Amino acid sequence: MTIADPALGSNGIGRLLSPAWNNWPAALLLFVAGLPLSIALLPSAISFWVSAALAALLATTLVVNAWGRYAGGLLVTPALALLFVMNIFPLLWSFGLSFFSYHANRARAPAWVGLDNYAKVLTDPDIWDRLHNTVILATMTVTLQMVIGFLLALMFAKQFPLRRYLLILVLTPMMLSFVAIGAFFRYYYDPTFGLLSQAVRLFTGQPYILMNSVWGARAGIVFADAWMWSPFVMLLVLAGLVSVPKYLYEAAAVDRVSAWRQFWAITFPYIRGLLLLALLFRTIEAFKLFDLPFILTQGGPGTSTETIAIKVYRVAFENNKTSDSTALAYILLFTVIVLTNLYLYFASQRAREA
Amino acid sequence: MPETSPAPKQSPSAAGPGVGLLERLGLTRASGVGAAGWGRTLLAAVVSLIYFFPVFWIMLTAFKTYNDALAVPAKFIFSPTLENFVGVFNRAYSAGGQSQDTGFTLYFFNSLFIAGVSVLLALAIGTLAAFGFSRYPLKGNDTYLFMILSTRMLPAIVVIIPIFIMFRVVGLAGTYVGIIALYTTFNLPFTIWMMKSFFDELSPDVEDAARLDGSSDVAVFFKICLPQVYAGLAATAVFGLILTWNEFLFALLLSGVETRTVPVAMAQTIGGALNVHWGLLAATETLFLIPVILVTFLLQDQLLRGVTFGTIKK
Repeated sequence: MTIADPALGSNGIGRLLSPAWNNWPAALLLFVAGLPLSIALLPSAISFWVSAALAALLATTLVVNAWGRYAGGLLVTPALALLFVMNIFPLLWSFGLSFFSYHANRARAPAWVGLDNYAKVLTDPDIWDRLHNTVILATMTVTLQMVIGFLLALMFAKQFPLRRYLLILVLTPMMLSFVAIGAFFRYYYDPTFGLLSQAVRLFTGQPYILMNSVWGARAGIVFADAWMWSPFVMLLVLAGLVSVPKYLYEAAAVDRVSAWRQFWAITFPYIRGLLLLALLFRTIEAFKLFDLPFILTQGGPGTSTETIAIKVYRVAFENNKTSDSTALAYILLFTVIVLTNLYLYFASQRAREA
Repeated sequence: MPETSPAPKQSPSAAGPGVGLLERLGLTRASGVGAAGWGRTLLAAVVSLIYFFPVFWIMLTAFKTYNDALAVPAKFIFSPTLENFVGVFNRAYSAGGQSQDTGFTLYFFNSLFIAGVSVLLALAIGTLAAFGFSRYPLKGNDTYLFMILSTRMLPAIVVIIPIFIMFRVVGLAGTYVGIIALYTTFNLPFTIWMMKSFFDELSPDVEDAARLDGSSDVAVFFKICLPQVYAGLAATAVFGLILTWNEFLFALLLSGVETRTVPVAMAQTIGGALNVHWGLLAATETLFLIPVILVTFLLQDQLLRGVTFGTIKK
C-alpha cells in the first residue's frame, strides 16, 4: 500500500486532528457526527445550513486531497456530471420507459408491456414509410452536397485575387439557422410571387407550384438543404486539396502526366479520407433532418416528406404516445450511434496519421 | 524523395494584406495546387454571387413594402423603406390601429441572453474538462471523449422527449434555468472537443519549464496554458453562440411565452398564417442573420474546426 495520502500517515491520531485542508477523514467524522446532532438540536431552518456547510467542508477536503493524484478526474467531473444529469440519465430513463405503456398527458401510471412497443413500432407500415422518406431525402441531399461541395472546392483550391472575400459568400449559408432558410425558401417557392414560379413562367407562361407534388416537395427540401450544406463538404475537401505537397505536381508535370491521371494518382489519395468523413458527417445530419421539412412542408403533401425525426415528434408531442415514441427514438438513436462511432473512428485515424 | 524545388512565383495578392484561407489552413509554398489569375476570380465571383443570392434577396426584401415584396414580376428597383425594421418590434395589427409591441424585443433579448449565459457556462466547465482530457489522460480517455461527442451527435428529438417529461416533473419547462441548463449541456461536448484540440496543439516545453521552476498545476493552467488559447476560447464561444442562437427544436418544446427565442417566434409567424407579411419577416431574418454573417467572416480560419466540432483541425 502506498502512503501517497498525507492525511492517512503513520501517526494516526495526530494526523486526524491536524487542521489541514486535505484532512478528509476528520471532515467525514465531523459530518457524520454533526449532521444528526444539528438536525436533533437546532431548528430545521438553521440545521439545513449547518449540514450544508458540513457537506461543503467534506467536499472541499475531498477535492483538495484528490488534487494531484486524480487531477484529470477532478477536472472532467463537472462536465461528466452535467452530461450525465441532462443527457445520459434522461436517455436511460426513456430507455426504461420504452418497455412500459405510458402517455405523458394521462395520469395513469406506466404499465409494463415488455417489448410490445418495439414490436408495434417495427411492424407499423407508417414507420417504414417515414424511414423510406428519410432515406430518399438523405440520399438525394448528401449526393448533391458531395458533388457541389467538391466542385466548389476545386474552384477555390487555387490562390487568386479576392479569393478570401468570395469564399465567405459561399461559406455563409451553413452558418444560418434552419428556420431562416426554411422561411427563405417558402418565399422563393411560392406559386404566385415566388422567384422560382416567376422564372418558370418566363418559359411556360404558367405559374409553377413546386410543393404540391411529392417529388417537387422533395426536390424543394433537397435543394435548400444541399444549398446550405455543400459549403461544409467544400471546406473539408479544400483542407485535403491544400495539403498535397507541391513537388508531386511538379514531378508529374516533368513526366507529362495527364491531368486526369494526376488527379487520381496524386490529389485523390489526399482527399479520400476527408471525403469519407464529409460523407459520414452529412449522412448522420441528413438522417436527423427535422427543421427544414418541418418549416417548408410540415411533412406534406400527405406524408411524403415527413422524415423519421418529424414522425417521432408527432408521435411524442401531438399524439402523446410517449412510450411508443421512446421505442422509436431508440431505434433512431442506435443507428446514429453506429454512424457516429464510424465517423469518429476514421477521424481519429486521420488525426493519428497527420 | 525529391527535395522541394524552388517555390514558383506567387500571385501578387497572395503576399498582400488579404492573406487567404489557404495560407492559414497550411498552404505553404511546398503544398497546394498553385495560383490562378483574374480569370479564376471572374469565374469564382459569378458562382459565389449566385450562391449568395438567396441571402441577398431576403435582405433586399427587408427593405420592400408589403406590396413590393409580393410584386410580380419581382422588383429589383424599388424605393427602399425602413418601416419593416421598425415593424418587427412595434406595429399596428390592423389598418389605422394603435401600434403595439410585437414581443420581438423580448425574443431577441431571450435569444441573446440564453445563448450568452449557456455558452459562458459551457466554456467554464468545458475548458476545465478539455484541459483534464488533454493533460491528465484518464484510463479510457478516448472512450470518454467518444461518448461525449456521441451525445452531441444524437438526434435532438431523441434527447428532448425524456428531458421534456423530466422538466415538467421538476417544473423547469418554460423557465430560463431549464433552457439554459439544456443549452449548456448541448454546448458542452462541442466545447470540450474544440478546447482539447487547442490545448493539444500547445508546445509542452513552456509548461515543463514552469513546473521545474516550482509553479503549481493551477498556476500552469491559468498563467501559461490559458493565455495561449485565448483565440481558441473566442472561436469556441462564437461557434457556441451561433449554434445556440440558431437552435430550434429544443426551444420550440421547452421555451414558454416569457422565454421564447427568435427562431420559435419566426416559425410561428410563418406557421399557419395565410397572408405572411414577407417584408416584415425578411426584416426579422435580416436582423437575425447579420450578426452570424459578420461573425462568420471573423471566424473564417477556424471554420473547419468549428463545423466538425473539433474533430478535424486541418
